[in-house]
Amino acid sequence: MGSKQPDRRAFLKRGAALAGGLTLGGVESAVGPEPASGQSVEDQSVEPDDYSTPELIAYGKRSRHVTSVREPVNGRPSPDEFGLVFHIGTPLQDQVGAITPSSLHYFGTTRGSIVPEIDPAEHRLMIHGMVDRELIFTMDELKRLPSVTRLHFIECAGNRSSSRHRTIIESHGMTSCAEWTGVLLSTLLEEAGVQEGGTWIVAEGIEEVKGASSLPMAKAMDDIIVAYAMNGEPLRPQQGFPLRIVVPGFEGILSVKWLRRIKVVDQFYMTYNDYGHLRRDSDDAALSYQIGPKSVITVPSGGQQLPGMGFYEVRGLAWSGGGAVARVEVSTDGGESWFAADLRGTPQRMAHTAFSFDWTWDGSETVLLSRCIDEIGQVQPTREQVAEFWGRPGVRGQDNSIQPWRVESDGSVHNAIA
Amino acid sequence: MGACIMRSLKLLPVLILLGTSAALAQSPTFGLGRTPTTQEVRAWDISISPTGLELPPGQGTAAQGARVYRLRCARCHGSDGTEGRAPRLVKRERPADTHPWNLGRILPIRAPYATAVWDYINRGMPLNREGTLSADEVYQLTALLLHWNELIAEDEVMDPKSLPLVIMPNRDAWAALPDWTPGMPRLLGYPH
Repeated sequence: MGSKQPDRRAFLKRGAALAGGLTLGGVESAVGPEPASGQSVEDQSVEPDDYSTPELIAYGKRSRHVTSVREPVNGRPSPDEFGLVFHIGTPLQDQVGAITPSSLHYFGTTRGSIVPEIDPAEHRLMIHGMVDRELIFTMDELKRLPSVTRLHFIECAGNRSSSRHRTIIESHGMTSCAEWTGVLLSTLLEEAGVQEGGTWIVAEGIEEVKGASSLPMAKAMDDIIVAYAMNGEPLRPQQGFPLRIVVPGFEGILSVKWLRRIKVVDQFYMTYNDYGHLRRDSDDAALSYQIGPKSVITVPSGGQQLPGMGFYEVRGLAWSGGGAVARVEVSTDGGESWFAADLRGTPQRMAHTAFSFDWTWDGSETVLLSRCIDEIGQVQPTREQVAEFWGRPGVRGQDNSIQPWRVESDGSVHNAIA
Repeated sequence: MGACIMRSLKLLPVLILLGTSAALAQSPTFGLGRTPTTQEVRAWDISISPTGLELPPGQGTAAQGARVYRLRCARCHGSDGTEGRAPRLVKRERPADTHPWNLGRILPIRAPYATAVWDYINRGMPLNREGTLSADEVYQLTALLLHWNELIAEDEVMDPKSLPLVIMPNRDAWAALPDWTPGMPRLLGYPH
């Protein structure tokens, strides 16, 4: 250790020199006079001084050449005229691998919401209702409990493709996948002691509408995570900082954010979130609960342009609320023939799984498709199969239908939903 | 039921012992957390059961609600709940079709229980001023919406006892969620 000291001192000295250089940048800069406004630095070529900005040292930023961003869903202004932020989609076309970067994770709220500013030192989680011991925990106490770290997707039940959508961010952008860390809800419920007849829970947030959802006890005891971290750091404010639940495989609205309360109750409570998601038909209701087996080709996808015929690695994502992805199949001829895609890594339960398929395009018009088969044998349906099930066109319930992308002979890629 | 009572009786001595140290209780396995006070629980216990279990004391009529509505709601929902930028609050007249699912997504029509209307107004309204209505005002506004949709009379008093007894149009017309168990498919036979 002692022998390292001089090196460290030298580094600190160098850091100080660089910091000094930064303040003197106007005099020493090789690119000329200091810009009148700091903003115009963006337009300059990268100079060595750029590597020493406090911003880059304290919390790394991506390259200025990487510009992938989220977009409001369905062109709805966000924030809207009431100042509320609505659904914002993930740029899946740019995603590599299974994990969505935290900054690009999709964001949805019950009715539009202002993200609350919460001091984690003041935040509490209460477990109460039909339990032997009502308990209230600080964030520090929750972090002392046994934890799990798991990869899970969260998808909005409103994530549905239509002929109006041109790009994948519009048709599929409201699903994202992160590595979540926290305490299993079952751990907390066992500590509190669930009483006989406690068959449901109500999970509730602290934001302005106190968004709440009812969940069956079977799910609560199975795999719900009371999460305080995502992708190796505390939750992002839009994702529920400092505490949320992650309900693996269920529609996104059930993963209550800014969590402050779990109440054990004896029936479905028809809370704020539940009321808005009622269905008239029981099949429709069932399809809105657990997300079906689903996949989508991200490259090439709607709005992209192939530069010419030749080799392409077709890439995509697959997931299911029923468990792990077992298999993904790809068709490059509009569904006449199907081939197994390569899966990246070991598929995790209720998590995005990246897949790829080697394809040599001959330059003729074709349609690309993918379908997911999950570990309990559920198969992703075509839109025609869904219409046949309901006896009418369109997709009811959460939409997990196969997405067709049409490649024109000029290399342009379009949504092929009629 | 008999077994439940037996169980409770057996637990009685334990409960008496626990009663003396309840304020210091921590979780049994990890020894973390503490027992919330009654006040702490009451302050956060705002999700209202269909039976009205959590409804706070208070009361109100539609006639009283009309005044609160003018002051706190009309700016966004319009003077009579049928116009304005915010969602409509009164059903449309469609004499030929009275099924609740064909009358639009209107809170007092879609909500299967009157308690859900109270809960919604209490936690969600007015937009950006949530939490500023008193319990009496929420009873009054709930009564107004129920009256506008021809479910109660203008002078009918809504309180913790009467509110859960109002029979809503969608009381039995909504689909229950499946009895979920781990590893189940979301819907048998879909679509194969």
